[in-house]
Amino acid sequence: MSCCCKKNGHCPCTAVRTVFGREFKSYFDSPVAYVFLVAFLVLAGFLTFGVAFFYERRQADLTPFFFWHPWMYLLLVPAATMGSWAEERRNGTIELLLTMPITLGEALVGKFLAAWSFIGIGLALTFPVVCTAAWLGSPDFGAIFCGYLGSFLLAGAATAIGIFASSLSRSQVIGFVISLAITFLLLIIGFDPVVNAVANWGVPSGIVNTIASCSLLQHFDAMRRGMIDFADIGYYVGVMVFMLAAAQVVTDSRKAS
Amino acid sequence: MLKVENLKKSFGTFEAVKGISFSVAKGEVLGFLGPNGAGKSTTMRMITGFIPPTSGTALICGHDIITDPVGAKSCLGYLPEAAPSYRAMTVEDFLTFAAKIRGFCKADIPAKVDEVIAKAGLAKVRRQTIDTLSKGYRQRTCFAQAIIHKPSVLIMDEPTDGLDPNQKFVVRQMIKEMSADMAIIISTHILEEVDAVCTHAVVIADGEAKTGTRENAKITVADLRKLDPSGKLDTIFRKLTMKEEK
Repeated sequence: MSCCCKKNGHCPCTAVRTVFGREFKSYFDSPVAYVFLVAFLVLAGFLTFGVAFFYERRQADLTPFFFWHPWMYLLLVPAATMGSWAEERRNGTIELLLTMPITLGEALVGKFLAAWSFIGIGLALTFPVVCTAAWLGSPDFGAIFCGYLGSFLLAGAATAIGIFASSLSRSQVIGFVISLAITFLLLIIGFDPVVNAVANWGVPSGIVNTIASCSLLQHFDAMRRGMIDFADIGYYVGVMVFMLAAAQVVTDSRKAS
Repeated sequence: MLKVENLKKSFGTFEAVKGISFSVAKGEVLGFLGPNGAGKSTTMRMITGFIPPTSGTALICGHDIITDPVGAKSCLGYLPEAAPSYRAMTVEDFLTFAAKIRGFCKADIPAKVDEVIAKAGLAKVRRQTIDTLSKGYRQRTCFAQAIIHKPSVLIMDEPTDGLDPNQKFVVRQMIKEMSADMAIIISTHILEEVDAVCTHAVVIADGEAKTGTRENAKITVADLRKLDPSGKLDTIFRKLTMKEEK
């Protein structure tokens, strides 16, 4: 087996790829994956065309479509990730997995990439919305690409939060609730009505802006409008790395409990 | 093959394992005996690298489980207690996953899987999901993943617990067949296991070894029998472990 980074007979790429393959396939071993994908697509369609009045706006852009993504991820990503570690611990397979010749980090990255890819499939299946916009007018495909990139990165950050939450308990429900709470908090601190309300209470604008800049929402806003800023990409990568590192620490300390 | 050096494990103020040392050579089958809660599974989990010891270490084929866990684990086959497995997978997919993670080349994997399926007697159920299997078959499936890479050291935690007499017989036969090429540890509280397959034994109670010396707790099964004039293992087991419970 060829590998770019083989060390002492162990290849981290193979380990990550193997865990990724098993996890990704496991999503489709149960009806949950299909329910998730259908729910994601129905919700995306309903919110874009039914709530955001895509047709009535008479503009060939996907701003109303991307507007709802953070709120869809708020519910659906915790549902997709809640079993990631909780199931391993409940079934005892964590002992099997972590006594095989792989590191905890490799297992974690494999699981994360599988969950992120799964959500990425849901996102990719929204392509009919792009086709609709292209059929009705001449949308800016650069802006659409930016929106999708931003949405995918946002999904990655939410996935990393979900993986971290799943590592905290052997109960999937607790994992779901914690993931939802963290994601909601990181969204709401950048939500304009909340930011304005906090500013009106007399909180110094510097503090309000600093807190808002930590929001998943604020970094997505520019991207969904078609602007790529490396600071936004860096922020999402940072959230992913931080949450996965936290998940590693938690899993390592609680794996036998 | 396997050298355990003064392994200790504390959970807060509770000392689960109070320092245990032994070694197992190729061809030996060590029965790691003790009552429930004696520290057997904790010791197995430390040797396999699942939980870190508070102090001490284990060397598997020369690889230190603390400083080179991946190297040590690649020489190790492990059947955890209750034989966990991914139940939504078929037997074949599960063993393919185990072979991939053990680093086998893609081209070699089908042959390896076929070989271990034959060895563990899983041919009839190879395309069934693990969820649909009886406990005996699930045990054998987990056993198959532990031996797919022909490990130098095989560790089994309660391998026959909950199996019917026929299933126990099959598992013991498999252990006997492999014992010539491996160092094997069987953690158990079932004394008939010792007579059936073990060449050596370590008895542990309350986190402490009750046999051998501080440097090497391992003794032969013949020497274990000499610990009581009756030579009965259940009497010896009670003598060594019940004192601690009083």
